[in-house]
Amino acid sequence: MKPASFNYHSPSTLEEAITLLARFAEDDGRILAGGQSLTPTMAFRLARPGHLIDINNIEDIKAVLVKKDKLVIGAGVRHAKFHEPVCDGPLGLLLSRVVENIAHLPIRLRGTFCGSLAHADPASEWCAVAATLDAKLIAKSTSGEREIEAQDFFETVMTTALKENEMLVEVHLPLLPTNTKFGFEEFSRRAGDFALTMALVVWEENGGKIKNARIGLGGVEDRPRRILAAEEILNNAVPSDEVFRKAAEIAADNVDPIEDHATPANYRRDLVKALTRRACEQASM
Amino acid sequence: MEKHDIKLTINGKVYDVSVEPRRTLVDVIRDQCGQTGTHSGCEHGVCGACTVLLDGDPVRSCLMFGVQANGKEIRTVEGLAEGKNLHPLQQAFTDNHALQCGYCTPGFLMLAAGVLEKNPDISDEELVDALSSNLCRCTGYANIITAVKAAAEQMRAG
Amino acid sequence: MATAKKRILGRRLRRLEDPPLINGKGRFADDINFPHQLHMRILRSPYAHAELISVDKTEALKVPGVVDVWEYKDIADLGPIDFRADKSAEELKAFRQYCLAKDRVRYVGDPIAAVFAEDPYIAEDAVEFITINADPLPVISSADQEPGEFKPGLSSEAGLLTHSFGETERPFEDAYLVVEVDLRTGRHSGVPMETRGAIGVHNKASDVLELYGAAKIPHRNRDTLVRMLNRAPAKIHLHEGHTGGGFGIRGELYPEDVLVLLAAERLGRPVKWIEDRQEHMMAANQGRNQHHMAQMAFDKDGKILGMKDEFWHDQGAYVRTHGANVPNRTMCMLTGAYRVPSFRAKCHFRLTNKTPAATYRAPGRFESTFVRERMMDIAADRFGIDRIEIRRRNLIGADEMPFKISFDEPGLEALIFDSGDYLTLLDKALDHFQWEALETSLAKRRLNGELVGCGLGIFVEESGKGPVDGARISVDNNGDIEVLTGGASVGQGFETTMGQITAEALGADYNKITVIHGQTDRIPYGIGAHAARATVMTGSAVNITAQKVKEKALDVASEMLQMPADTLEIENSVVFVAENPSGPTVSLAEIAKRLAPGSRDLGGREPNLSAEGFHNTSESAFPYGVHFAVVKIDPDTGHVKVERFMVGYDVGCVVNQMLLEGQLVGGCVQGIGGALFEEFSYSEEGEPLAVTLADYLLPTMDCAPKVECMVTEDAPSPTNLLGLKGGGEGGINGVAAAIAGAIDNAIGKVGAVTQLPVTPQRMKQILYEIGLGE
Ligand SMILES: Cc1cc2nc3c(=O)[nH]c(=O)nc-3n(C[C@H](O)[C@H](O)[C@H](O)COP(=O)(O)OP(=O)(O)OC[C@H]3O[C@@H](n4cnc5c(N)ncnc54)[C@H](O)[C@@H]3O)c2cc1C
Ligand code: FES
Ligand code: FES
Repeated sequence: MKPASFNYHSPSTLEEAITLLARFAEDDGRILAGGQSLTPTMAFRLARPGHLIDINNIEDIKAVLVKKDKLVIGAGVRHAKFHEPVCDGPLGLLLSRVVENIAHLPIRLRGTFCGSLAHADPASEWCAVAATLDAKLIAKSTSGEREIEAQDFFETVMTTALKENEMLVEVHLPLLPTNTKFGFEEFSRRAGDFALTMALVVWEENGGKIKNARIGLGGVEDRPRRILAAEEILNNAVPSDEVFRKAAEIAADNVDPIEDHATPANYRRDLVKALTRRACEQASM
Repeated sequence: MEKHDIKLTINGKVYDVSVEPRRTLVDVIRDQCGQTGTHSGCEHGVCGACTVLLDGDPVRSCLMFGVQANGKEIRTVEGLAEGKNLHPLQQAFTDNHALQCGYCTPGFLMLAAGVLEKNPDISDEELVDALSSNLCRCTGYANIITAVKAAAEQMRAG
Repeated sequence: MATAKKRILGRRLRRLEDPPLINGKGRFADDINFPHQLHMRILRSPYAHAELISVDKTEALKVPGVVDVWEYKDIADLGPIDFRADKSAEELKAFRQYCLAKDRVRYVGDPIAAVFAEDPYIAEDAVEFITINADPLPVISSADQEPGEFKPGLSSEAGLLTHSFGETERPFEDAYLVVEVDLRTGRHSGVPMETRGAIGVHNKASDVLELYGAAKIPHRNRDTLVRMLNRAPAKIHLHEGHTGGGFGIRGELYPEDVLVLLAAERLGRPVKWIEDRQEHMMAANQGRNQHHMAQMAFDKDGKILGMKDEFWHDQGAYVRTHGANVPNRTMCMLTGAYRVPSFRAKCHFRLTNKTPAATYRAPGRFESTFVRERMMDIAADRFGIDRIEIRRRNLIGADEMPFKISFDEPGLEALIFDSGDYLTLLDKALDHFQWEALETSLAKRRLNGELVGCGLGIFVEESGKGPVDGARISVDNNGDIEVLTGGASVGQGFETTMGQITAEALGADYNKITVIHGQTDRIPYGIGAHAARATVMTGSAVNITAQKVKEKALDVASEMLQMPADTLEIENSVVFVAENPSGPTVSLAEIAKRLAPGSRDLGGREPNLSAEGFHNTSESAFPYGVHFAVVKIDPDTGHVKVERFMVGYDVGCVVNQMLLEGQLVGGCVQGIGGALFEEFSYSEEGEPLAVTLADYLLPTMDCAPKVECMVTEDAPSPTNLLGLKGGGEGGINGVAAAIAGAIDNAIGKVGAVTQLPVTPQRMKQILYEIGLGE
C-alpha cells in the first residue's frame, strides 16, 4: 500500500496554486488539502495523480470570516477549527455540533472543510451541511472565479461540478437568524465511522410556528440534498411529535437510497425516518 | 520523480533527509530516520498506530507525506521518557496493564499525550471519544482508559 | 496440585515485557533490517477462481531496482505448504496450497508471482507490470451450496467428518421434546494490529537459513521447513521477535515465509516481506464460517437425551497447516459442559473460493458454544423453565470428574475433562454478578419500553494439550537468571508468566529474570503458543526446572551456611535459614560463582547453577467458564449495545491475576466483534468486500463495555504440579452465545438470533419479523 510516484509542489500563495493546477491539470494534477481522504486513496492506488499541489503552506486561506450575512470558509480551514463556534449565533453552534461527528480528532486536526466538499463523499457531514444550508461554493481557475450553488455542486458519489483546473477556494454559508433552531442526528456503526445516514434539520421559530424549514439528508442517496416535501410538512406547523413523525415519514418516502451488500434500501429508509424525527425533536428542545 | 531535501525535527533532533514525495511520513520516520517506535498498522488512516505529534497535534503519520513535514517538530514515543524517567503515561500504561502485544501502544501514548496536553481537564466522556480514534486488538480497551485517566491525574498534580 | 503458599504466583506484578514496548524499542518484524536486503512483493490473484494460463514477467523485470520476479515455474521444485502433524492429513493432501499458484488460482489474493526489488515502493510498482492470462471458472461462494470441483475430478467437499457416541436415533424417537436450530456463524478472524512479516537470511558461511518474524510455533514450523526445503534441522533457524498480536492466525507457516527463505538462498541477499493491511485481509487465515443444522432431544424432566448436528464448514480455497483441526474441534467440544448420552455430528468439510480458513482464538468452540447454548435457551423456553435451571439439570457434576467422552470412530482421541465443578462456578457467578437482581431490573426496564435483556453461555475450554515441553534455567555469576524456553510470545505476557513461575519455584528475584522464547537455535524443542498451551505446558516445564535449580542451589548453600538443606529457604534470590531470617545469608550469585566451571569448590558437582527439565503429559487441562451479557437494542436503528459483560472463569491456578483478566477482557471484546461487528463478506462472484479496516469493523473503545471478571481456582488441573489451566480463550468462547441470548431476551422472542454477526441491518430485519419494526 505504497502510493505511486508523483511530483510535489508547495506553493505559498493562492495565485501560485491556481497557476500550478492549471499547468498540471492534464496530468491529473490535484490539490492536496488535509490529505485525509486523498492519501488513503493513493495508498490503495485508486488515485495516482501525477502532481500534487499542497495548499497547506498558503497562510491566507486558513481563516473563517464573517462577511455581511455570510460565513466565509477558506480552503485551508481544518475541521478542528469548528470545535468551538467560529461565529456568534446559531450557525457557529450548529457547526460545532456537527463537527463532533466527523471522523476522529487526529483526522479533524488535518482534514479541511473545503476538502470534504471537493471529495464529495455522500456521507460527509460538511456536504450535508452545505446542501441543507444552500452554501455557495467559489471555484477559481486561471480563467476566473465562479460561484456554484451547493445543489449543483454535488453530482454523484465523489463527483462534483469542479473542473480539473478549478480549485474550491471558499465556501459561503448564510448566517442564521437568532430564532433559528436546529438538530443533527446520524447513525454510524462505531465512533468516527462514516455515517450510514444523517439528518440535519433547521428552522426559524416565529410566533410558535416553524418557518423556513430545511431538512437535509446525507449518506442516503448518491449525494446529500434537501427534502422539500418533508420541509413543507414542517413549515407553518406548530412543533409537535405528530408533525415531526409526519415529516420524517414523508422524508423516508421521498428518498431513493443507495444499497450495498449489507444494506438494503429499506434499512436506510428506516434510518431516515428515525433520524429525521430525532433531529426535529432535538431542534424543538 | 525529483527528491526533496527536507529537515525534520524528531524529538528535538534534526534529521536532514532527501525524500521522494510519495514516501509517507511514517515511512520516512521509520526507514529514513531510523525511529521505529512509531508503527504502521493499516496505512489507510483507520488504526492510529502511526499517531505522532506534529507541532503538538496528534496526527496520523500514514496520512501525510514526509515532504509535508519539512521544518516541523515531530514527537514520537521515543521522546516521551526523559532519560530513565518514564512519562506519566508510560508509567500508567505499565502499572495498569494497558498493553499486551504493545503494537498499538506508541500510537495510543502519543494520542493521549496530545489530547492531555491540549486539554488537561478533559472529561471522561470526551476522553473515551478521543481515544476511540485508535484501535487495539488485545486489551479490550478498559485498561487503556484506566491508564490514561491515572496519567491525567498525575499530570494535573504536576 | 497448587502449592500451599503462593508468594509470587497470582500477584499482579508489572510485566517483564513492558519496558521496551512503552519506550518504542520493540523489535517487531518491520523493525528488523539487514544490510543489502531485498524487498518482496506478491502479485495476488484478482480472480476468485480461474485457470492460470500464463504469467508475463518481462516488463516487471525491466523496472529499475527489480532484481528478480518469480512465478510457479521458477520454484517448481518446491512442494505445497505442508501440514503440521495431523491424523486426517493424508486424504487432505491434494488440497494444500503451493507458495505460488500452479495452474489455478482459487481465491482473490492467491499468490501468483513474487517480485524482489531494492525497495518496497519499487517492488509494489513492479507488480503492476506483470500481466497474467487467466480463464475464469465458476465460483463456489459458500459451503452449503452444491460442491464443485477443486480440480478436475476432485470434489470441493474435502471430507465428510463425523464424531459420534451412544445410540443416535432412539433418543430422538423417545424424546419428550426436540429442539431444532438452523444457525450461521460469520467469517471473521484475529486481525492483529501488526500485519505479518518475514525476513529470510542465508548465512553463507554456515549455510544456515534464518527466518525472522516467526511466531506462535517456531519449532514446529522449523520441522515443516526441514521437510519442505530438505535441510537438516540445524541448518534452519527461526527467530521470534516482538509480535503484534497472534490470536491463532499469526505464526502458521504461510507461502510468504517459505518464499523469503528460498529467495534469500537463491538470490544471495536477505529478503524482507511486510504484509500490507489490504493483503492481510485477503491472505491471512480467516475462520468461523459455519452453517449448523442441529437438534437436541430432552426427556420430560428437561434432561438431555441426545444431540445431532450436521454442519457445513467453509474452509476457503485450500487446506492449510491445521488440516481439519477446526471442524474436528467444533465437533468434539459441541456437548460442552453438559451430560449428553448420545451424540452424532457430521461435518461437510468444504472448499470455497475464499481466503483459506484455520484457527482463530477458541477455534471451533466459539462456534459450537453458540450452537449448543442457543438450543439450551430454546429448550428452557419450550419447557417453560428458567434458562439457568435447564442448564443446572444437565451440567456434569463435580463427582463425575474426570469425565470421559469417547467417540465411536476409530482413531478419534477421547476427551477427558480433568477436573471441574461447573455448578459451583455457575452459582458463584450468579451470586457475584447478582443475576436475579439483574433480571428483575431488566424486566422493569422492559416494562418501561426499553429493549433490554440478558443472556448467558456456559462452556468448557481445552488447554495444555501435550505432549511435552522443556526449559533450561541458568543463573550467572551476577545473579541474572535466564529462563530458556521453547514457548512463544504473541503478546499475552509469556515472559511475565514464566518469570513468575520461576520466581515462585526457585525463590528468585523476579526482576532479575530474562525469559527467552521462540529461538530454535537456542533450544532444540518447543511447543510454542497455540491452543492455550503456553502457560500449562511451558509453565509446567519451567516450574519443574526451577525446582531442580533450587535443589542444586540449596545443596551448595547448605555447604556454605553449614546448615542442612531442608532448613533453608530462598526468597528474592537470597538463601537464608528459615527459622532465622535475619541470620547469615548467601545469594544465588554467590552460589553460581561457587559452581562456575573451574571453581575449586565444585566438589563432584556438575558445573553451573543451571538445570534442564521437561513436562510430559498426554492429557489436556479443561478450564471452564460462564458468560453473562446485557444488551440494549435501539429499535430505530437496530443497533445492539452491550451494556455489561461478565465473565466467570475457573483457571485452576492463577499465575498473574492482572494478566489473566487482561486475557479475558481482551478476548471478550474480540468476541463482541464476532458477535456484532466483524464480517469478511464476499460477493457472489467471490470478491472480498472487507479488505480495509474501514469495512471490517474491529470494535473501538466506544463499543467495548466494561467487562467484569470473576476468577476462581476451584478445580486445579491434576495434569500438572501447579494445577494450571489455560486462560487465553476463556474470554471469547461464550460471547456470541450470551449476546444472542440477551438479544432474544430483550425482544421477547427466544431463538430469534440465528446468524452472526448481528449487524444493525440484521437486527432490524429480526425486529420486522417479530412485528417490532415500524
Ligand atoms: C478513518 C477516517 C474516517 C473518516 N470519517 C469521516 C466522517 O465520518 N465524515 C467525513 O465527512 N469525513 C470523514 N473522513 C474524511 C475526512 O473528513 C477528510 O478530511 C475529508 O473527506 C477530505 O478533506 P481533506 O482536506 O483531507 O482533503 P484531501 O484528502 O486533501 O482531498 C480530497 C480530495 O479533494 C480534492 N481537494 C481537496 N481540497 C480541494 C480544493 N480546495 N479544491 C479542489 N479540490 C480539492 C483533492 O484533490 C482530493 O481529490 C474520514 C477519514 C478517515 C481517514
Ligand atoms: S497506520 Fe496510520 S492510521 Fe493505521
Ligand atoms: S496491545 Fe496489542 S494491539 Fe493493543
